[in-house]
Amino acid sequence: MDSLFQRSLDDIIKGLRHQQAGESAFVSKVLEEVRREIKSTDSHTKSTALQKLTYLHSICFVDMSWAAFHAIECISYPNFTHKKVGYLAISQSFQESTPVILLISNQLRKDLKSNVEVEVSLALECLSRIGNLDLCRDLTPEVFTLMASSRIPVRKKAIGVVLRLFGKYPDAVRVCFKRLVESLESSDSPPIVSAVIGVFCELASKDPKAYLPLAPEFYKILVDSRNNWVLIKVLKIFTKLAPLEPRLAKKIVEPICELMSKTGAKSLMFECIRTILTSLAEHESAVKLAAGRINELLIDEDPNLRYLGLHALAIVAPKHIWAVLENKEFVIKSLSDPDPNIKLESLRLVMEMVSESNVVEICRVLVNYATKSEPEFCNVILGSILSTCSNNVYEIIVDFDWYVSLLGEMSRIQHCQKGEEIENQLIDIGMRVQDVRPELVRVGRDLLMDPALLGNPFLHRILSAAAWLCGEYVEFIRNPVELMESLLQPRTSLLPPSVRAVYLESAFKALVFCLHSYLKSATSSDHSALGLSDPGVSSQSYDEFSGAHGENGEASGTTLIQENHITPDSVLHLLNLIDMAVGPLSGSYDVEIQERARNILGFTELIKPVLSDSLHPQDERHKQQVEASKMVRLLHDTFSDELGPVSMSAQGRVPVPDGLVLHENLADLEAVCGSSLPASSATISFEGSHNVEGATSIFISDQKEESEPSSESTSLLAEHRKRHGLYYLPSEKNTEHHEANNDYPPANELKSGVTVSNDAQDLAKLAEQSFLPKRKSKQVKARPVVVKLDEGDVLPISSKIPQAKDDSLSEAVRDVLLGNEADADTLTQKAAADSVIRKKGKEKLNAKEQEDDLDHMDSQSGTVQNPVKERSKRSSRKQNADEGDHGGDKGKQKRRHRHGKHRTREGVQNPPANVISQTPVPDLLL
Amino acid sequence: MGIRFILMVNKQGQTRLAQYYEWLTLEERRALEGDIVRKCLARNEQQCSFVEHSNYKIVYRRYASLFFLVGVDNDENELAILEFIHLLVETMDRHFGNVCELDIMFHLEKAHFMLEEMVMNGCIVETSKSNILSPIQLMEKTS
Repeated sequence: MDSLFQRSLDDIIKGLRHQQAGESAFVSKVLEEVRREIKSTDSHTKSTALQKLTYLHSICFVDMSWAAFHAIECISYPNFTHKKVGYLAISQSFQESTPVILLISNQLRKDLKSNVEVEVSLALECLSRIGNLDLCRDLTPEVFTLMASSRIPVRKKAIGVVLRLFGKYPDAVRVCFKRLVESLESSDSPPIVSAVIGVFCELASKDPKAYLPLAPEFYKILVDSRNNWVLIKVLKIFTKLAPLEPRLAKKIVEPICELMSKTGAKSLMFECIRTILTSLAEHESAVKLAAGRINELLIDEDPNLRYLGLHALAIVAPKHIWAVLENKEFVIKSLSDPDPNIKLESLRLVMEMVSESNVVEICRVLVNYATKSEPEFCNVILGSILSTCSNNVYEIIVDFDWYVSLLGEMSRIQHCQKGEEIENQLIDIGMRVQDVRPELVRVGRDLLMDPALLGNPFLHRILSAAAWLCGEYVEFIRNPVELMESLLQPRTSLLPPSVRAVYLESAFKALVFCLHSYLKSATSSDHSALGLSDPGVSSQSYDEFSGAHGENGEASGTTLIQENHITPDSVLHLLNLIDMAVGPLSGSYDVEIQERARNILGFTELIKPVLSDSLHPQDERHKQQVEASKMVRLLHDTFSDELGPVSMSAQGRVPVPDGLVLHENLADLEAVCGSSLPASSATISFEGSHNVEGATSIFISDQKEESEPSSESTSLLAEHRKRHGLYYLPSEKNTEHHEANNDYPPANELKSGVTVSNDAQDLAKLAEQSFLPKRKSKQVKARPVVVKLDEGDVLPISSKIPQAKDDSLSEAVRDVLLGNEADADTLTQKAAADSVIRKKGKEKLNAKEQEDDLDHMDSQSGTVQNPVKERSKRSSRKQNADEGDHGGDKGKQKRRHRHGKHRTREGVQNPPANVISQTPVPDLLL
Repeated sequence: MGIRFILMVNKQGQTRLAQYYEWLTLEERRALEGDIVRKCLARNEQQCSFVEHSNYKIVYRRYASLFFLVGVDNDENELAILEFIHLLVETMDRHFGNVCELDIMFHLEKAHFMLEEMVMNGCIVETSKSNILSPIQLMEKTS
């Protein structure tokens, strides 16, 4: 009755197709029906309901875990149509942890033993999808039997299932492995070979070492097979095996090259290329051949082949960069390919080509591409420039002035969203590279001056860095008044509070600096009534002075510059500016801003009466000035203390002073502090300065020569020449730049020159020039000192120990493959020079033994309750014994291996690896 | 694992067949299909058929209104997977005769069986059309 009115799957599909909007309502209605129908005792009704549910599950994401038991009922129906519905439902919806999964064990066994081929197939399929430890363990004997089935399709599937058995229940290896290996040789039936190669390909990708002894079989397939699918899999296996055994690599290189040049199938050719580039990279001639084929791929019209060509270049790049350089033109051109994937791939390659000598040119090309690209790719480019250049503490950067101005330029690119990274690098460079600070400050100033930038939220982080740098290294600023104006400009209200706080702090530093230099110049001009303040002269000589800063530090240089700018008027102007701009902020809701604003205002309140007196009446002047300068100097000293980078592991290296017990209870600390507070504060400040000294002497190790006074004047001159002989600019531009005293970093000029030639071809041409090795310009400028904090600087490289997840699996494989052999091996290890025949003979013998063993077991399986368990127990006992054996021999082996040519590094702590290290490489190949 | 999943999606982005070779929850499947379909359907004919997606890649190919998307491990041979897709389409074509989206919709079970013949545990095990189809013909006889 039920089935009469039941809607069939076709009805549901048709219904679904006609639903436009109310699909979910329709689905829930059907689901309701299904829930009712599936409880039916009629097998047809039940299986139809399950079929509908399975359909909804795989197309409409409907949960069907509740129907697990019904699915199991369906597979027990004798009718094949119902059975297959059940199997499909199970393989689509079951997982290892499905509660009722164990209930299907018996049904599966029954179907595996069925005479109907399709039923066996269904059961095997199902096992391969959902098999967990229990199922795999219980059904291993049946699968083992089927592996020898006379029906090819069944045998093929049984082999496919083996992969699941091994993965879930490694002891299955001891049962099935021999038969699996035998299947490798069934060259008479191609489906079997193709299935078994697939299994070995997967197995070998997890633990290649264990399958090295099978190399002769794989080699035979490589040479004999005509099936491209099989060949690709075999190549994948050899990709894994070849690096383990150089003699094997030598053996296979020739057939692979032949295959590569003979085959018409692009997929096989590409696999050959990949195998050569990945695992046979030491064979120069093979790599040359492969490179030739890559060239063919690159010029193909099919974007797939172009992509793969680039991909292959990326594989070869680390070992044979010449192959990439040969195609550099194409790589650069691909940056403007219509396909974003190809663009990405070529960007990766371009970054591979970067070296110390061409980083400037490559970055120029890339930045040009970035300005023209759509936002997403633009940021990918910028990101890769930033990460490549900063790699290993700016390893490839020689000219930091250039790099810093590049950072400035990058921040101005319209779509730039790399604010955080640029911020970090600007500050990091400022701390590490003393020589670049003047340029940093210049770049920072340019960014701060531009009111338009304040409106771009992506730039706020960069502006924060620029503000901090200009405040911290304010002594390099040409015009501090101008800096103050830009730090306090009205549009700064667009900044987030945290950045604004940085702005205020920097303004404070700049103010103190201005006052300090004003007072200093006032006193000095007082004494030498001459006064240097002729603006015309000084602005010309400015650059020379600023050039001096790098080496000279603040003390001597600053006073000379500042005299020109800080007049009594400008001091008044500054104080007014602060009143106007900072005054309102003292009531800000943000505590950081409020606090800093109040600091500044408090300071100006203090300094104002003293200063304003000193500006006018002549008689009192001297006394007042002394007082003011005392105050200002105090603050100036506070700000001018050098901030150094601190290693992450610095704390650990501070030695614990004698007598300091860190583990003791500090309860009595209060009593001590209460009585001697002033004294303790003195010691704290002393320790502070001591620490700074300590830090500099520990961390800034390379800077000795800079503090040496003897070479100061000559190095000053050299520094000046270096700065203006910037080798990335042609000389005539250089002078222009010098005279113009322009506001923009020199890099911008170059940029405008290049953007005229918008064409990709021109860029490619430019790139072509740029990749020429520039011997000439090399080392015009010495690389400045970059402070490195020894090992604590770079993030600790996570020493990734490849932990074999399926340890038990590889152990089992090893056991089966060379369980007996290993024994024999310890006796006859010296027989490395033994004849081929002897060893082969022995192998055969072993094989026979094992086979007998298995056959024996097979015949027993009817009588013994659980043969697998029995056997696995036995073999594990045996394995233990073997290991004990190895343990005893270990010392001897080690000595022996030290003389051997190949890998024995895995040493003592890794016994299984040790066992495998004596894997006899089949002599057939060698 | 090799192949992680096979999807057939029409150009409106509706899934027509989904076969996974590793266990994913329904939510994960829904999210994954949404992501992938968005990524692949936006691409045009001039672009290559390979898309990198988290820690694996997708090889896809379009036949009329239907997209075939195969998620594979990174070291899988992309061109071989393209050939695999083509083989799958040819096989279905031979069975259904001028296969179209509707055939797959109404014979989802058969499509699954063909896939099961071709792929096991994420490995391609059978590449001969007649071998793939013979069990299905056998099944039709049996039932």
